[in-house]
Amino acid sequence: MPSPQPSSDPFEIPRPAQVPAIELIGVRKVFRRRERAHGRFSPRRRVAALDGVSFRVERGETVAVLGQNGSGKSTLVRVLSTLLLPDGGTARVFGHDVLTQPAVVRRLVNRVSVEASFFKKMSAAENLSYAARFHGLTSGRTRAGIPEILERVGFPADRRSEPMENLSRGMQQKVALARALLTAPVLLLLDEPTTGLDPRSKREVQAFVKEMRAMHDATILLCTHDLDEAEALADRIGVLDRGRLLVLGTVDELNRRYGAQTLEVAFFAATGREFGEETDPDDDREVFA
Amino acid sequence: MSLHQPASGVAGDGRGRWSLRHELIGLSGVVERNLYLVKRYIWWDIAFFVWTVANTLSIVFIARGIEASGGTIDVNRAATSLLIGAVIWAYLGVIFEIMTETVAWERWEGTIEYTFMAPLSRSVHLFGMGAFALLYGMARALLLFAVCAFFFDLSIPDADFGAALVVLAVASVSFVGLGIVTAVLPLISPEKGSQLGFVAQGLLLVVSGVYYPVEVLPRWMQWLATVSPATYALDGIRDAILVGDPLTAMGDELWPLVVIGVVAVPVGLAVFRRGERYAKQHGKLKRSG
Repeated sequence: MPSPQPSSDPFEIPRPAQVPAIELIGVRKVFRRRERAHGRFSPRRRVAALDGVSFRVERGETVAVLGQNGSGKSTLVRVLSTLLLPDGGTARVFGHDVLTQPAVVRRLVNRVSVEASFFKKMSAAENLSYAARFHGLTSGRTRAGIPEILERVGFPADRRSEPMENLSRGMQQKVALARALLTAPVLLLLDEPTTGLDPRSKREVQAFVKEMRAMHDATILLCTHDLDEAEALADRIGVLDRGRLLVLGTVDELNRRYGAQTLEVAFFAATGREFGEETDPDDDREVFA
Repeated sequence: MSLHQPASGVAGDGRGRWSLRHELIGLSGVVERNLYLVKRYIWWDIAFFVWTVANTLSIVFIARGIEASGGTIDVNRAATSLLIGAVIWAYLGVIFEIMTETVAWERWEGTIEYTFMAPLSRSVHLFGMGAFALLYGMARALLLFAVCAFFFDLSIPDADFGAALVVLAVASVSFVGLGIVTAVLPLISPEKGSQLGFVAQGLLLVVSGVYYPVEVLPRWMQWLATVSPATYALDGIRDAILVGDPLTAMGDELWPLVVIGVVAVPVGLAVFRRGERYAKQHGKLKRSG
C-alpha cells in the first residue's frame, strides 16, 4: 500500500488514527414496494436492500464491494453519504454516526457515481466552481485552482467552458474526479465510476484513483461489478449479494476460502451464481439497490 | 493537490470548525450556480419574459377595453392598478416558482444527490435559493414594469415608490417561506410534487386580489385572502403608488406581512426538514429525468 502524505483535513474534524474510516454494524435498509403485476392497490411487500451488513474499513485502505445490479451496493454508498437513513444498525464515518452527525460526515465524504451528477448546460469550470463554494472555498482559492486540477486529470484547457452535455462520459467522469479532488475528501465513495466508459477512459480513471490514494490520506470504498477493477484497485474485496455481505478479504483470502484460482470463480462460489447472471427473482430490488 | 489547507487545530466538540463564514460562502455558491444557469438557459428566460410581457399587456388593456365598450371607468387608475397587480404577481410568482423548483430542477438535472450530500446546511441552501429568487425576480419585475409602462400613458404623480419597495421587500420574506413549504412537495412526491406547487400558486393568485378587490370574492375565499401575504403586499403597494400613502400609513399591511414572514420561514424550514427525512427514509432522493 502506498504511504499517504499527512492529512489535509479541510474542516479540522477529529479523526483519531485508531478509529476506522468506515464502521458498519448490522446495517439494515428495507424498502416497501407494491407488486407491479397486481396493480396500484396491491399490498406493499418488503425488499431488503441491506440485510445486517457489518464491516470495517481502516484509514487509508481501499476496499472494493463486488455485487451485481440490485445487490445493495448503491444503497450502501447512499447510507454512507447520508442520502438514505438506515432502518437499523450503526454506520460511522471516522467515528461519526451517519444518523446523528450527518453534517460532520458530509464534510468528510465525497462521491463519484456512475451518473456524473452535473448541470448539463453548465461548463466543467462552472460546475466545479459552485461545488467548491458548497465546501467553503472562496473564488480567490478556486480561480487558479480549478484550471490546475482540471489539467491534472487530463482535461483539455480549451474545453473548460464547454457545456458538460457536449463532453464524452469519460471526460465527464474526469471532471467528477476533479471535483472530488477539489474538496479533498478523506473518504471517497466510488459507485461504479468506470461503468460505461471506453477502455482507455477506464484505465485513465483507474490510474487517477490510484494516484489520489497515493498522494492523499484518502480512504476509498469502491462499489463495482467489474472484477478486474476491484482486483487492480483494492486491498480487500467484499461480495455483496441480495443485501448481505457474504465475505470480505484479500483476493488471496477469497480464493483460498473458496478453493478458487480466480476472483470470478470465488465470486461464483460465494454467491452460487455466475457473475453477470440475471436470475434474481426480485426484479424490484434493482429499483432501489 | 487540493484547494484545502492543512489543518491547524482541532475542535474539541467533534463537529469541526465549519463556521458561519463557510455557510455564507456556500450560500453564495447557490446564487452563483443559479446565475450560471440563467446564463446558460438565457433563451428560455427571454422566451418566458416575452410571454409574461404579452400576458401583462393583455391584462392591462382590459381597462381600455371596458371604456371602449361603453363602460365608465377611470382608465388611468384601472390600468395602473392592473399593471401593479400583474407586475407584482410576476415578481412573487417567480420567487414562488424558483423556491418550488429547488428540488424539482435538481432532480431533473441529476444533481440532487450531490447537492443533498454537500456540507451545506439545508437552511443555507434554501436561503441561497431565496436570495437568488429575490435578485432575479426584482430585476425581471423592474424590466417588466418598464416595458409595459411604455405602452400606456400612465399618470402616477403621487406615487411613493420607496414605501412600495419596502412593502415588497417585507412580502418577499413571506413568499420565500411559503416557497420553502411548497419546495418540499417534489421531494416527497417526485412525479406530482411540482404540479401541486402550481396548484398552491394558483390558489394564491385567485384569493389575493391580484386583478380585483378581494371584497368581490365569496366569503370563504375572503378568509383565505387574509392569510395570503400577496393580499397585503398588493394592498400596500397600490396604496403607495396610486394614492401616495407613506410607509407610516402602511401598518395594516406591514404587520400582517411581518407576522406571516416570521411564521412562514421557520415553518417552511421545519416542513422541509421533515420532508427531507421522509425522502431519505423512503429512497426518494434519487435522480429522475
